[in-house]
Order: sequence, then C-alpha cells, then structure tokens
Amino acid sequence: MNAVALIAVMAFVTAMLRFLPFLVFRKRTPAYIVYLGSVLPAALIGMLVVYCLKDVQITSAPHGLPELLAAAAVVLLQAWKRNSLLSILAGTLLYMLLTQLVF
Amino acid sequence: MKRTFDLLKHMKSLICKEAFVKTLPVMAGYVVLGIGFGILLRGAGFGVWYALAMSVFIYAGSMQYVGVGLLAGGASVLSAILTTVMVNARHLFYSISMIRPYKGAGRYKPYMIFALTDETYSLLCDGSVPEGEDPHRYRFFVSLFNQCYWVTGSVLGSLLGAVLPFSTAGIEFSMTALFIASFTEQWMNTRDHVPALTGLLSTLLCLVLFGSERFLIPAMLLMTLALTLLGKRREGNA
Repeated sequence: MNAVALIAVMAFVTAMLRFLPFLVFRKRTPAYIVYLGSVLPAALIGMLVVYCLKDVQITSAPHGLPELLAAAAVVLLQAWKRNSLLSILAGTLLYMLLTQLVF
Repeated sequence: MKRTFDLLKHMKSLICKEAFVKTLPVMAGYVVLGIGFGILLRGAGFGVWYALAMSVFIYAGSMQYVGVGLLAGGASVLSAILTTVMVNARHLFYSISMIRPYKGAGRYKPYMIFALTDETYSLLCDGSVPEGEDPHRYRFFVSLFNQCYWVTGSVLGSLLGAVLPFSTAGIEFSMTALFIASFTEQWMNTRDHVPALTGLLSTLLCLVLFGSERFLIPAMLLMTLALTLLGKRREGNA
C-alpha cells in the first residue's frame, strides 16, 4: 500500500513540475520568461550532454576514451550528414564495440 | 466525400510516419533503459504492475530508477516529495521553454506537457516541424511514441528479466549520443553559441564543484543567472 502511495506522490510531483510553468504563465508570459525560453534549450541540451557523461572516470583506465571517441564520431557524422538517426546509431555501435571488444 | 476521407486518412498516416521516424533514435535507448528499469524493480520485489504503473504515470527515466530505491527502502512521503523535486527540477525549465511552441495545442496540450521528458524535449525543442503538417499533432505523436517505447521496455524488463540472448552492454550510450547529436545540430543551426556554451560550462563547473550526485540544481541556477546577466548586457548594448 505504501508503495502505491509513493508511486502516486512521485507521479504527482513530476507532473506538477511539468505543468507549473504552463499554469503560472497561462495568461501572459513576461518578456524575461520568453527570453529564458529562447536561450534555455541550447543551454539545457549542453547540460544533458554533461549529465550523461558525469560518471566517466578520466583518471583511471580507459580514461574515458570510448566515450570520447564515440562522442567525436557522433559530432563529426552529424556535422557532415545532418542525419541524427545515422549519427546516433553509428556512435552507439562504435561505443558498444569499443567497450565490449577493445577496452 | 469518400475522396476527402481517403485524403484525410492519408495525411494522418503521413504525420504518424514522420513522427515515428523522428522518434527512432529514442526507441532503442528507451526500450533498453526501460528493460533495465523493469529488471531493477523486479529485483527490488515489485512486479510488472508496478513497472507498468510507474512508466505510465510517472514517466521520468532517472526518477523511476531513483524511485526503485525509494520503494525498496520504504521511504516516507515527505522524502519522496523532496527527492522528486530535486531529481526532476529541470522539467520546470523544459516547460518554460515550451510555453511558446506549445501555445494553441488545444486538446493535445495536457498530454504533451505530461510527457515532456529529456528525450522528447531534445527532439522537439528546436521547434522544427515537417513542412505542411499540423505542428501540435506531430509533437503529440512524437511524445506518445516515446512513451510507448518506455512502457514497452519496462514491461519487457519486468517480465523477461535478465534473459536477453546477446550482450547489450554499452547500448545506454544511445541516450548520450542523442543529446550530443541534438547539441551539434543546434550548434550548426545558430550563430549565437553563447547559450549552448553557458549551459555546457555552468554544468561542467558545478560537476567539478559539487560532485556527480548533486550538481544539477546548482548548474541550473548558475546557467539561469549567467543567461539573465548576459541578456541584460546585450539589451544594454542594443
């Protein structure tokens, strides 16, 4: 029973965080919030990249090399072909090969 | 009359297809991470109905992983509230930046807001929509497909456990790759790289200062502060 209550609480709080800005700025969105909305996407994607790589150990072997190589592959492929699906698949396969076979 | 109907049906399937293709990069990651979640939750003593309920009603990847610990440890309601706020505070920011794009989404809007995960956000935050399509309908389907993958993965993980026939070690990198690809694409589409660099550097700095367990909230505060000051300065220069 406690588990069900905890799930309900987690669901409710998560939904509140997602809905709150829409509810607060339902009528009129202040210029400051519009500005934040225009610059935040790029900043948050940068944050998510760092967040995903937060547990990479640089000081011990393999020194984050698989992550670095696979990330570089994604950046280069994306810059070259502009096809997200391709860069993500290729980068992930490269990473799997590197971690399973090489390092 | 029938021809109009056929045309409508065709348009419907077209929009589904475009949304489906857009979500393919998320599919692999969500199914795999969902399976991981299902396995973990079963290991903690909670079966498929709990996995299903959490993935349908909470639908927030990292929170659900943290949630397994909360359920297993019999956490109090208060600590569940606080943990959820800490882990999911970034969703406030996603929503702030989607107020404009989601304007006028009508009946699609409640679900689109509910289903705004990291990955859905990274697919939709550049605001681009295939030409000639109803943008809200398209975003709705992108959101819906992503949740379907997540729910499917969770249920599979809970039911099948650790019996996958091949090693999927490293496949979780698909999420990282998704964000790196979005970052690159966004970088190439804009001349102003200040917001992207602000996000990257604030987060790196806070990771070094606060450690990998508690750097997200300081990072979000720091980047908001930096972007606010930068915005003021630019306004002053203009």
